[in-house]
Amino acid sequence: MSSAVVTPPQPGQPLTKKALVADHPTWCPGCGDFAVLASFYRVLEKLQYPHEKIVTFAGIGCSSRFPYFVNTHGGHFIHGRALPFAAGISLGNDDLHVFVFGGDGDGFSIGGNHLTHTARKNIRITYVIMDNSVYGLTKKQTSPTSPVGFKSKTDPTGAVDQPINPMRTLLNSGATFVARSHATQVNHMTDMMLRAARHDGFSVVEILSECVEFFEGAFDAANPRKGGNWVVIEEKKNDGSPEDAKRHDVTDEVAAFKLASLAWPGAFGVFYENKSRKTKNALEADLITRARERTKGASDLAVLQATFAKLR
Amino acid sequence: MVSPNSPETPGGAAAAPRATRPIKDVVIRLAGNSQDGIQAVGGFLARLAGRSEQDVMTYMTIPSTISGGPSIFQVRMGTGDILSAGDRADMLVAFYQHSYDAHIGSLRPGGVLLYDSDHVKPAEGDHRFTAVACPITTGTVEAVGGTAKDKGKNIFVLGLIARIFDLDVEKLSALIKERFGGKHEDVVRNALLAFDAGYAWPQNNLRDLFYRFEAIEEAVARTGHPQITLDGNSAVAYGLIAAGVRHGAGYPITPWSSIMEILRSELPKYGGIFVQCEDEIASISTALGFSYTGGVAITGSAGPGLSLKMEALSWATMAEMPLIVVNVQRGGPSTGMPTNVEQSDLMQAIWGSHGDTPRVVLAPKNVEDCFYITMEAVRIAKEYSTPVIILTDQALSSRIEAFDEPDLAKIMVDPKVDRSERPADFKPYPLDRLTQHAPAGTKMASGRYPTVTGLEHDEHGHPTGSPKLHQQMNAKRREKIKALAATLPAPELSGDSAGEVLLVTWGSNWGPAREALARVRAAGVKAGHMHLRHVHPLPNGLEQTFSRYHKIVVAELNDEGVYGFGQFTTMLRARYAMPNIVSVCKTDGLTFKVSEIVAGISRHVESTELEATLGVARQSALAQR
Ligand SMILES: Cc1ncc(C[n+]2csc(CCOP(=O)(O)OP(=O)(O)O)c2C)c(N)n1
Ligand code: SF4
Ligand SMILES: [Mg+2]
Repeated sequence: MSSAVVTPPQPGQPLTKKALVADHPTWCPGCGDFAVLASFYRVLEKLQYPHEKIVTFAGIGCSSRFPYFVNTHGGHFIHGRALPFAAGISLGNDDLHVFVFGGDGDGFSIGGNHLTHTARKNIRITYVIMDNSVYGLTKKQTSPTSPVGFKSKTDPTGAVDQPINPMRTLLNSGATFVARSHATQVNHMTDMMLRAARHDGFSVVEILSECVEFFEGAFDAANPRKGGNWVVIEEKKNDGSPEDAKRHDVTDEVAAFKLASLAWPGAFGVFYENKSRKTKNALEADLITRARERTKGASDLAVLQATFAKLR
Repeated sequence: MVSPNSPETPGGAAAAPRATRPIKDVVIRLAGNSQDGIQAVGGFLARLAGRSEQDVMTYMTIPSTISGGPSIFQVRMGTGDILSAGDRADMLVAFYQHSYDAHIGSLRPGGVLLYDSDHVKPAEGDHRFTAVACPITTGTVEAVGGTAKDKGKNIFVLGLIARIFDLDVEKLSALIKERFGGKHEDVVRNALLAFDAGYAWPQNNLRDLFYRFEAIEEAVARTGHPQITLDGNSAVAYGLIAAGVRHGAGYPITPWSSIMEILRSELPKYGGIFVQCEDEIASISTALGFSYTGGVAITGSAGPGLSLKMEALSWATMAEMPLIVVNVQRGGPSTGMPTNVEQSDLMQAIWGSHGDTPRVVLAPKNVEDCFYITMEAVRIAKEYSTPVIILTDQALSSRIEAFDEPDLAKIMVDPKVDRSERPADFKPYPLDRLTQHAPAGTKMASGRYPTVTGLEHDEHGHPTGSPKLHQQMNAKRREKIKALAATLPAPELSGDSAGEVLLVTWGSNWGPAREALARVRAAGVKAGHMHLRHVHPLPNGLEQTFSRYHKIVVAELNDEGVYGFGQFTTMLRARYAMPNIVSVCKTDGLTFKVSEIVAGISRHVESTELEATLGVARQSALAQR
């Protein structure tokens, strides 16, 4: 792999895709993940964060190669543990914009417990799950989102275990922004990622991203070009109109659960958004403020000296 | 006047004439239940000793699961250097029959048995000890009265001990007031009442049982610094803060938990954060994320948790991310003996995990060293951009020792993170230099942003499948640890510089080994003692020292294994290929007694004098009666 030639950003110039591309992606031709990457460049172009403040991190999987293809601070951690790593980044430097990318196995299987706890703590991170309902990197084993009957190398006669429902799982964990999109719907996907990035808290977008190599046609049911049904969630506008009553209130958790329980392929869009819950970033900052009020802003040296004086 | 706290204490002004006996040091074991506040008494004694320029060492056990179960606290205090908790107790305070039954064997013949006559019936006709019956429970109830019942028994006993050993009542009262000062004023008053009652009680009952520490007034303040008194886990926690560590993450497990508890409440005062995670894997991952933002972060655990951290530890080696991992060793495998000491995590600390992962492992020798070695670990982690494991243990974690207050103004490290723009030729993984990462948030003059990765990579952090680069990068990660080894100071060597036997220890065995060395040499054996704080990489040049002795006897708290050698011994034998490196091992969950090390040496060294000494009981601190 060769590193892309990059023009150093000039002060005052906008951050463009040109400055954001890095290594050439190693995905199979036709892989859904290409579209996610293209969308992400657009998201960053729209957000215009200072280049050095963007961090892209991932676990292990085809989708988790993502950080090599984005020219930002970033890294490639171990399978399933990118979220706790990202928690350290986000809490360690509150100025950073932390994005995590990964697959369905990485996020819902080996990393499932981390997902639950990062969500409940509402740590400021944007997490994009590229769900292909199969283990891509390890070449076609059953994943936690593989449908019953899916023939994989670990289930040659068809998967028997009930898959998880990602939206319900995320809602149940306490994620404060939960959305769903499809890699063939670039504008929708870009919009979802953009809103997730702007959300102050733990935001997750699950993107159905086809693995053309090992699960071809997995998401055709939601792809109109393949005869599928693309159902976008209409959000409440609070305009008092009679049709607004039928629209989805993204702050209504129960309604979100109902949407999440629709039959396959379900709906796409923002299921849930909670702007009132404090982030762990803010809660920890409060602890620091209160502790420093008690020590009257004494220097680190003075604080430790005072502690030692009590141990005499 | 017996006590300054209540002048009208019965038995008052006309103190009985005292025939005090001078002593150098004393080992007192308090045995009761955990809710009796035995630890508090031990803590008072330890801190009093610290304030009196006496050396002090404590030994404490708390049952892991039951609150209210049996508990002991052993304190050894004296005017000389105290190196170990003491093999046998000079005085046993037994609160209950079960305390008496379980611990009478630890009292040396001629020692003092002080028991609560409300609860304990000592064996009849046992004349090995000076038995003193004291109605501790009724004495406390009478003194404090009201609804407190027997709460305060511990402070009553503290009063008794203060009287017997002529301790500084003023300082003790001050400590009691400090300790209970935050609570209701009744609490302080009751505590002082109980103390006075205990202090006054011996008047007519202990006539000839008074001792006085030798030359207590002349005990020199060695550096002019005051002493501080704390346990090993606290020393690690404050060492981290002094070294500039501001972020960490962990999951509770005995005996590590108190480190994370301290950091959770202390770090915010320094602008830092400690995160309690969902498990040990998340903990090390979060800590690595913290380090990635520029500081050196800390995670920790005990053996089982260290095992869970292994995959991420290998990532840290591969990605060259600085990190401190504190492992407070306990008895294993599995849940094993969670509240006992062992040194059986050495191999997993050095070699655990997949792939070739040269890493740094340090082991503190005592509580004071818990503070300083932690500071050193952070410096190494930063300088070599590497994970460093600190192997402490259960005995150090809870043992209270007094030591010179560190000169913080001189040694405290500023945690400032360097986020200045990196020059255009910056490489995260240069082959010809030590890695120093550009923390997230740093501008890159080249416009190229670095990737930290667990895949084998080139100098820019790009993944590579090149066999040549993998070899070169493996060499890079190995050579930096060798470069560190070359900077390590020669280990502490005491006793004879050549001779029959070199006793080698690591970690918390330092103290008893020092005492064992003195005994072995007193028996006429030419012997030295080498103590290693840097257990991996080893300092250079040890083979020259080893070659000056006939036998190298390594004393360690782990099993002798399938091939007959302990874990450190196995490593030394592999490293130096010397067949005369042998082991003294044990896994009874307790620290080495001096006599056990001496006996172990005698098994490997032929010496009639040594065998003869082994038959002789330790010269007691308390005068023989
Ligand atoms: C500890 C560990 N276990 C197993 C693996 C092997 N492994 C790598 S990726 C992966 C699953 C990938 O599936 P997913 O997360 O869905 O990502 P995808 O490749 O489909 O994008 C597995 C099992 C590993 N790298 N580490
Ligand atoms: S194996 Fe599947 S997921 Fe992986 S790159 Fe190829 S198409 Fe994409
Ligand atoms: Mg997948």
